[in-house]
Amino acid sequence: MNEQAVSFTVNGEAHRHFAEPRKTLADFLREDCALTGTHLGCEHGVCGACTVIVDGVAVRSCLMFAVQAEGTEITTVEGLATDGTLSPVQEAFREEHGLQCGFCTPGFVVSVHAFLEQNPSPTRQEIVEALSGNLCRCTGYQGIIRAVERAAKTMSSA
Amino acid sequence: MRLPSRPVKPAPFEYHAPESIADALAVLAEHGDEAKPLAGGQSLVPMLALRLTRFGHLVDLNRVPELSGVERKNGMLVVGAMTRQAAVERSEAAAAVPLLGLATPLIGHFQIRNRGTVGGSIAHADPAAELPAVALALDAQLEIASPSGTRLESASDFFVGTWTTSVGDEELLVGVHFPVWSDRSGFAVDEVARRLGDFALVGVTCGVELDESGNIGRAAIALLGMASTPVRASAAEAALVGANPSAADLTEIAQLAVANLDPPEDIHASSAYRHSVGAHVVARALATAMEDATK
Repeated sequence: MNEQAVSFTVNGEAHRHFAEPRKTLADFLREDCALTGTHLGCEHGVCGACTVIVDGVAVRSCLMFAVQAEGTEITTVEGLATDGTLSPVQEAFREEHGLQCGFCTPGFVVSVHAFLEQNPSPTRQEIVEALSGNLCRCTGYQGIIRAVERAAKTMSSA
Repeated sequence: MRLPSRPVKPAPFEYHAPESIADALAVLAEHGDEAKPLAGGQSLVPMLALRLTRFGHLVDLNRVPELSGVERKNGMLVVGAMTRQAAVERSEAAAAVPLLGLATPLIGHFQIRNRGTVGGSIAHADPAAELPAVALALDAQLEIASPSGTRLESASDFFVGTWTTSVGDEELLVGVHFPVWSDRSGFAVDEVARRLGDFALVGVTCGVELDESGNIGRAAIALLGMASTPVRASAAEAALVGANPSAADLTEIAQLAVANLDPPEDIHASSAYRHSVGAHVVARALATAMEDATK
């Protein structure tokens, strides 16, 4: 076991733990940082449930090794609400029934945060394309699309 | 609090994070075929996680700044191997090679393109991937470094087979030189995939350039998903050159493009289906490219 130290910031908090190089960022966040909001579905980059924001961009945390995140700033789904108040995206997912079982939801919410940051007033087609990297097996996606539309509206009028 | 650790999925490896091309080459030279360069990891990490492959040493290129960047040089667009696909989408310089701008948004999803790199995709050499087909269509030159220097390899010699290139164990793809065509050119990328962002079942990247008289002076067509590597449709290109864009029989030319191919068969599509759809996407893409060139 050639564990090595990995330090980075998650949701504004410094973390330093030891991991084997082969440990993915997703497993490291869940097991070593005890941030289990990041979910693991397929574990090979298809489903998007493990999406987190690393240095400002949304990435699959199952397709990065924790050691590669050394020195980065990470936002996970736990970092989106402020002082117990849901973010506009989270709020919109609740209002528009953008989830049922909720397993895929952290990945969707984090992806949508990153997407709306880059494209604050997307068209419906752009929303559909942006959501294509996340799989949901419950909702049929319509509520999720509405949630993104609602979040975009709320955020632009804020 | 630390949760109980689950078994990790990839086989163990030693991790190297060089900060220069020279240091990366030194690690590759030391470990030979036991070492594998890790670019964006959007293909390699799943393959490791599924244990389709394993390496004793991973050489992470993500901390080598000199491998990233897009610049114009000697009539070429030179893209550093570690340039993120998302950076290419946003790059104004990359607009000089319109095929890049057309093909890149079709790679995976935006989260994949944030991490995935131009060189990684080309060196991975998946026969259904977009960027290898772009490189082949445009006769791109692949810049390959080794401890003894740097060589340029043409794309037609670079792709050897599925996931196999001419890059040796001690070598590293460091950049891709894409030729820049004149503004009398038009381009198109067309593909059929089961879902947005999936690997294409069949696809094509193509370009046409008009000469002074308005006839087709240059044509480039590369198909993806139709063989173990991306393939050039040389006979179809030859049939286009000299033709007037409005007079070219695209259905016939598309048949020429797929005539000698024996596409692979899998759970998603039979060989005959790929053959038939391949011809259709070539005809459709050529029509789009010609319209783009004449407008």
